[in-house]
Amino acid sequence: MTEVKSAADTTVPDIPTGRSRRVRGRPLLYTSYAQDMALLDTPAKRISTGLLVVLAFSLSVLLADRSLEVLAGAYVLAIGAIGLNIVTGYAGQVSLGHAFFVAIGAYTAAALSGPPGGDTIGYGVAEIWIWLPAAGLVAAAAGVLVAPLATRLRGLYLAIVTLGLVFLGEHVFKEWQSLTGGPGVGREAAVPRLFGYRLNEDGPLGTKEQVLYLLMLVLLVAFAVAARNLARSRVGRAFAAIRDRDIAAEVMGVPLTRYKVLAFGISSFYAGCAGGLLYTISGYVEPGSFSLLMSVQFIAMVLIGGVATVSGAVAGALFISLLQPLTRALPSLVPVISADTTQTPNVFQVETVLYGLLIVLFLVFEPRGLFGLWVRARNYWKTWPFSY
Amino acid sequence: MKGLLETVIRGLGNGSVYALLALGFVIIYKATRVISFAQPALMLAGAVAVSYLAEVTGFYGAVLLAALLIAGVALLIERVAIRPMVGRPVFVVAIITLGIDVVVRVVVNAFIGTDVRQMGDPWGFGQVSIGPLVVQQRWLAMLAVTAVLVALLFAFFRYTKYGLAMRAAAFDQETALAQGVSVGMVFALSWGLAGFLAAIAGMFVGTGQGIEQMTWIIALKALPAIIVGGLDSLGGAVIGGLVVGVVESLFQSYQGEYAPWLGQNFAVVTPYVVMLVVLLVRPYGLFGTREVERV
Repeated sequence: MTEVKSAADTTVPDIPTGRSRRVRGRPLLYTSYAQDMALLDTPAKRISTGLLVVLAFSLSVLLADRSLEVLAGAYVLAIGAIGLNIVTGYAGQVSLGHAFFVAIGAYTAAALSGPPGGDTIGYGVAEIWIWLPAAGLVAAAAGVLVAPLATRLRGLYLAIVTLGLVFLGEHVFKEWQSLTGGPGVGREAAVPRLFGYRLNEDGPLGTKEQVLYLLMLVLLVAFAVAARNLARSRVGRAFAAIRDRDIAAEVMGVPLTRYKVLAFGISSFYAGCAGGLLYTISGYVEPGSFSLLMSVQFIAMVLIGGVATVSGAVAGALFISLLQPLTRALPSLVPVISADTTQTPNVFQVETVLYGLLIVLFLVFEPRGLFGLWVRARNYWKTWPFSY
Repeated sequence: MKGLLETVIRGLGNGSVYALLALGFVIIYKATRVISFAQPALMLAGAVAVSYLAEVTGFYGAVLLAALLIAGVALLIERVAIRPMVGRPVFVVAIITLGIDVVVRVVVNAFIGTDVRQMGDPWGFGQVSIGPLVVQQRWLAMLAVTAVLVALLFAFFRYTKYGLAMRAAAFDQETALAQGVSVGMVFALSWGLAGFLAAIAGMFVGTGQGIEQMTWIIALKALPAIIVGGLDSLGGAVIGGLVVGVVESLFQSYQGEYAPWLGQNFAVVTPYVVMLVVLLVRPYGLFGTREVERV
């Protein structure tokens, strides 16, 4: 984009650049490339996004602590889902190994911030601005290490290899007891501390849940904007070219290996950050949780939300995370469904069946996911009452 | 030496179960170009069906009935969820099978409950001696049954009209369609066969130790097997299954002694290690066809 701008400045002075030259009363008339490429390119989008962000922030005082905790978890999962969407949605490299990178992030963060000299490895660096990037970077390094294998493989071969990664990772984390505490025991998760101020305790900023909710919200907005920017940049276009036809992309001058490695690296960075943050809410991390199920959940978030859209990934993560509290409320509404795990049908079974069914139904009827539903609704009302 | 041979026989027994599952994966892959992640659920369903039916019809009748039942379930799944997706990206269909797997497994788990279900099989942990070797009967039963099934399957593909139709559709769907092959029938047949094989494999997995809710994980070891053999090779699936089984068995017996630093239960993940090693050398598996791409 910068190239276009400078070229326009030097050679064709007539083409206006920048945002300033909007024509009054014509909100959809773009007079420059920058306007056309803007993240929020219509007034409606600017207003609705602004309102959404304001609403999200005001929820921290409107909702009860219990709901805030669920939402904070959903935001962290959304960061992970955006990461998976970068490699699977934008770059088209199917990864069933996302849980592995989440685990690496979680343990890097936990090891850095853990108390030194305890049962498990700890370095006592509890400042979040140190351990969060570190968690992301270590996971990204792991992603870059795995990527050469991925560049040799395509499609379903890659899916199965990344699935193998989850099993190998699970084994390593279960065995490496000095780091993870071992299966069934676990260890204390990363402690979020910002300039000496603990973010997971009640304090002057609000209750523990309120502070964590705001932290996760701010981070989610930052990660989401970064991903949107990445998607519309040169790198994002290279990813899309590889997804649509890798050989054609290479012929057009996109270095396949470099961009596939980059896609895995960035995706794993997101996964690592999500992993580091995810367990600060419960304060406890157990090696058994990074199973194939977690990878499938991330895949479900991306597919239900909408492939290759950032807002879709966020919507999918919210949807999947809210599914759990919603199904927990079912026994009071539908008396057939029991809250007792020993009876059939119980809420856990209903929840799992819903996962599976929703994935199938969305893929069969609306492959673009929640984002597709939104686009449909938007297009309907855009032309209302003359829609047909 | 004696211990080594016994270990290998155990590996071949387990490996033949992986081979049955791998054959199911490969048959579906060849017909529809999709890996069906629903195989673990079908395997578990087959084992559960045997465990219930065995109380009514006796073991052998139960195995046959269960295999036919699961083949029917697989046909149903294919018709309802897979057939409408013809022409869509393979990854989408693969994820649909993943969703089906989750749903079917919840239903099956409700039948298993919290305890271990026994198959009612005649082998149990019973042993038999061949010369100096003492091996469990069930390993031999697995090997023998798999050998018979594989022979029947290859004969089916080689000599029957439907087998020919399946080979033709696997080679080139559109041309096969133009020659009068019903590709829809081929899809259905491939799922039916895979369901049948998965049910038999499930029964064998349940012999001796029985089955519980987590048993489905075993079916995923067939995935490394098909990758080792090559996704589109039936013979490769059998060999891949046996290789994975033997390597796993060897690690089970000797890793604790020679490589304790790998940790307990390393044998469980050896199939994936074998897969990675093979892929580093041959990206399309041992017998898979290398894709030739035209742009």
